[in-house]
Amino acid sequence: MYKIVSKKPLNPTVTQMQIEAPLVARKAKPGQFIILRVDADGERIPLTVAGTDPEAGTVKIIFQIVGGTTYRLNEKEEGEYLADFVGPLGRPTETEGIKKICIVGGGVGCAIALPAAEEFHRLGAEVTSIIGFRSVDLLILEDEFRACSDRLIVMTDDGSYARHGNVTVPLKEMLEAGERFDLVLAIGPGVMMKFTTLTCKPFGVPVRVSMNPIMIDGTGMCGGCRLTLNQDGKKVTKFACVDGPEFDGYEVDFDEAMSRGRMYIPYEQHALERAKDCNLLKEG
Amino acid sequence: MAIDPKKHEMPSQAPEVRAHNFNEVALGYTEEIALAEASRCLNCKNRPCVEGCPVNIAIPDFIAKMKTGDFEGAYQVINTSSSLPAVCGRVCPQETQCEAKCTLGIRFEPVGIGRLERFAADWHNANATEKAKAPEANGHRVAIVGSGPSGLTCAGDLAKKGYAVSVFEALHTAGGVLVYGIPEFRLPKAIVAKEVETLKELGVDVQTNVVIGKTLTIDELFEMGYEAVFIGSGAGLPNFMNIPGESFKGVYSANEFLTRSNLMKAYLDDPDTPIMKGGKVAVVGGGNVAMDAARTALRLGAEKVYIVYRRSMEELPARREEVEHAVEEGIDFQLLRNPVEILGYNNPENPRDEKNGFVVGMKVIRMELGEPDEKGRRRPVAIPGSEYVLDVDTVVIAIGTSPNPLIKSTTEGLEVNSHGGIIVNEEGLTSREAIYAGGDAVTGAATVISAMGAGKVAAKAIDEYLQAK
Repeated sequence: MYKIVSKKPLNPTVTQMQIEAPLVARKAKPGQFIILRVDADGERIPLTVAGTDPEAGTVKIIFQIVGGTTYRLNEKEEGEYLADFVGPLGRPTETEGIKKICIVGGGVGCAIALPAAEEFHRLGAEVTSIIGFRSVDLLILEDEFRACSDRLIVMTDDGSYARHGNVTVPLKEMLEAGERFDLVLAIGPGVMMKFTTLTCKPFGVPVRVSMNPIMIDGTGMCGGCRLTLNQDGKKVTKFACVDGPEFDGYEVDFDEAMSRGRMYIPYEQHALERAKDCNLLKEG
Repeated sequence: MAIDPKKHEMPSQAPEVRAHNFNEVALGYTEEIALAEASRCLNCKNRPCVEGCPVNIAIPDFIAKMKTGDFEGAYQVINTSSSLPAVCGRVCPQETQCEAKCTLGIRFEPVGIGRLERFAADWHNANATEKAKAPEANGHRVAIVGSGPSGLTCAGDLAKKGYAVSVFEALHTAGGVLVYGIPEFRLPKAIVAKEVETLKELGVDVQTNVVIGKTLTIDELFEMGYEAVFIGSGAGLPNFMNIPGESFKGVYSANEFLTRSNLMKAYLDDPDTPIMKGGKVAVVGGGNVAMDAARTALRLGAEKVYIVYRRSMEELPARREEVEHAVEEGIDFQLLRNPVEILGYNNPENPRDEKNGFVVGMKVIRMELGEPDEKGRRRPVAIPGSEYVLDVDTVVIAIGTSPNPLIKSTTEGLEVNSHGGIIVNEEGLTSREAIYAGGDAVTGAATVISAMGAGKVAAKAIDEYLQAK
């Protein structure tokens, strides 16, 4: 059992927790993920590590309430326990040789982008961060990004805060103005990562993206997280859990990955409704 | 007394009933049948059956106990050689091992050794009240990677000798392929849990949610004070066919399909972990895993389940009994067929159509058997122009696995072969001192009992190594 040491809502649909998991805390690096189960017979869900405190033995996770499992996770309080918590899984973010980076975070993906931005900042790279949200209500981690970025641009799709528009707008402006990065690291919804890649393409700037497909074991056994890469005109199957989760944006077949991600949507909606019903019964 | 020429039938659920539930197919011998079957054993002097058993159970000795009605005694005989009797009695391919060597089998049907083993183990689990006792500690510590059949066997053998054994399991439940792979109707999970419980009583420490190669490395295990390590991490990444359409929604690897149903219990009503149920299902492959997947799909409510296999019935690698069960339950064997493409729905008018990207069929081509290959198996050759479409909405690919790279990539000096299998000598020793390995991590996908045999060999070698140190 894994204790929830702290819990904090970041916005109405996104929650941050610190989980006691000393072995994971000691090992996890930016870009890696964990798999948890809220309770026995629960689903296994992957969440990217949002930070660690090796001394305290805790791992930070940030999640959006989208289905039954994340709904029930959000019902757990400080001092309660999770049934299972395993990791760190996947490969860490590659940092070698990167002196100037642009981190592009979208929505709850910013939770994963933050530790990467902090790591590049710690290593002395020049960090530009572009973080985007649908609206101001969903804004998270602005202060944290400001602290580790040489330059921070905040975007909202509806213009309710900071600059109006999506994250590719300022990125394109910078690239058109002749600015170059050793790497653009995009973390967020599939469509945002796809368009970030397309934005960079005419300028030949390297792009890495963090894929978050459906997974079960997360250790290279089930193959559910497979995605297709186009490498030199050849289609290659890779597994996000052991080969990723970060991949070269130019190689990823985003349309396929997004389609696969929607495979269980009716089940997820049902599970969410069921979890809510269950909660109503409890409150009686 | 004349010997009954036939093995006593295994009482089983009727095919039309069992095809719709996940309860165990084979119900087990009654005491009466067990006594009658035991009496068929000739107790011959040269004991060829023992040679046929990968873990060398003293088969005539346990059957001799059974003949007298001493079922607990029979269990104890088995237990000195096997840590998982209730499992082996169910999933071992006895027909090619102990029973294939049985003297009685020269003229008649061999003794039903597997069925008797199962009876003894089930009798013990139902009736024994005494807990297994941990032996006196010998002061040595051994780490086992993976809690599948090889790891549990190695752990059990070492624990019985007084070693302090820790088993590290990546998943949330111990048992490896016995819990994620083999379905409930062939091997009830309560039986696996019971066998693991017995090992814990012997003092084995089982730690779930630890991925060796990630959470801890093998070298860290040595730093923690373990003096030897056994790697039984099992098979790894599923193989795909590399044909168009394998990423459509509704295409599963057998590992994923079975893990969802078994480990994640998607077969229950309204499960937390979803699985595609119902409809028409094609399972590609002809091994035991393919049979398990096909029979699982049927029980999940499929209206039609096909096995698509590129050779003929004679070459099917699955156990005969599993194939017979599948046929009885109504699985449709599409033999001498090879998939060439999986077809997906696409609404050109509406890219947001929710059905887009779901499987709507699988194009297969007819095959014929040509010249034998280097293994002597006749090579299947496609018949040009014979393609047609099977109407299916789920495809399960059961064509094997490739070794998992996690341990190899984090353990310096650990040598693997060209397939990625860990290289070991005849004692299970790898290229690194004090690191042993066995099971699918070494051989690629094989049987539960061969993995157990490897765990046993390694346990003996580890004992000798540590006693000599």
